[in-house]
Amino acid sequence: MNNFKVLVNGIIKENPTFVLLLGMCPTLGTTSSAINGMSMGLATMCVLILSNFIIASIKKLIPDAVRIPSYIVVIASLVTVLQMLIKAYAPDIDKSLGLFIPLIVVNCIILGRAESFAAKNGPVASIFDGIGIGLGFTLGLTCLGAVRELLGTGAIFGVTLWGENYGMLMFVLAPGAFLALGYLIVLFNKITKKA
Amino acid sequence: MDYVLNLILIIIVAIFVNNVVLAQFLGICPFLGVSKKVDTASGMGMAVTAVLVVATIVTYLIQVYVLNAFGLEYLQTIAFILVVAALVQMIEIILKKTMPALYQALGVFLPLITTNCCILGVAILVIQKEYDLLEGVIYALATGVGFLLAMVLFAGLREQLELIDVPKSFRGVPIALVTAGLLAMAFMGFSGVDGGLKILFGL
Repeated sequence: MNNFKVLVNGIIKENPTFVLLLGMCPTLGTTSSAINGMSMGLATMCVLILSNFIIASIKKLIPDAVRIPSYIVVIASLVTVLQMLIKAYAPDIDKSLGLFIPLIVVNCIILGRAESFAAKNGPVASIFDGIGIGLGFTLGLTCLGAVRELLGTGAIFGVTLWGENYGMLMFVLAPGAFLALGYLIVLFNKITKKA
Repeated sequence: MDYVLNLILIIIVAIFVNNVVLAQFLGICPFLGVSKKVDTASGMGMAVTAVLVVATIVTYLIQVYVLNAFGLEYLQTIAFILVVAALVQMIEIILKKTMPALYQALGVFLPLITTNCCILGVAILVIQKEYDLLEGVIYALATGVGFLLAMVLFAGLREQLELIDVPKSFRGVPIALVTAGLLAMAFMGFSGVDGGLKILFGL
């Protein structure tokens, strides 16, 4: 499989949000606005690319029996670094994402890709897989965030389209997350599978 | 007296007002994954509650006596996830030896709990909210009960969904998500209860 195919595969065929349905906690928890969803997606993508690259490079050194704990340590270290960087340079994002930044560690997408792709492929292909899946995740979160923000507050990326008076606040709150994601998956199924 | 009332408030808020699944979005994977039948859902809920309480005690002690004591607060994420993973393994081994019946009932769910983000999430939240050990344990227990409640309610709804002719593209996860949205809407009715109770208790 060439690298371009790996990239596209992650965005459409194995889209983590709409097809694989992985990493649902941050998907629902951080998408109250488009910008929040996008920052969460990008943060996860950074960790995913680096963890895929590191794990693909050192996989021959790790004994098979302890590979999962080793992967978790690699991922947790990367998340700690990212957490400190975000705290230092983007305190606003740190405030809005809050608990979900350390929780990137238990995002099943990252461990899942380490186990199913990085452990079987070379470092370069793994980087492309990280970019593809990461972009797919970012795209899913941004879409969901944009839909919720538009329906909830009448704005997209903070740009007002029809004013707060016509927004349904429910979509910014918890129930809207479940409803919006449910309907987006239906839409994605309709388009890709012609169901 | 105030301390006891405060504990009661923590319990009510964690179960109903800030339900771990329906308001805080922690532990969504098992919530969607193992909620097709009521008995498996309640098994998962009880396993999570047990691990939550034990993990909170251990991570609290590690935070206070290791990380804070040696100025290693930045290692929190790494330390906590390793503790949770090790703890789940240990509980599995102990249950297998001492309570084989319970192990049989929970067996399948135990390994899954490591990647359940509500365990790590609650461990971090207890530190962030600056609870003491008793408050932390009560909070963890109430969060587990809230998780169990949401799981059982949702599984009950999904059992009914099986009998309904759902449109083709809604089958599976989408209809489950819409149902969860309606359940979350019902739980929104509890919002503001914490403020009222605070006034009632005079805290």
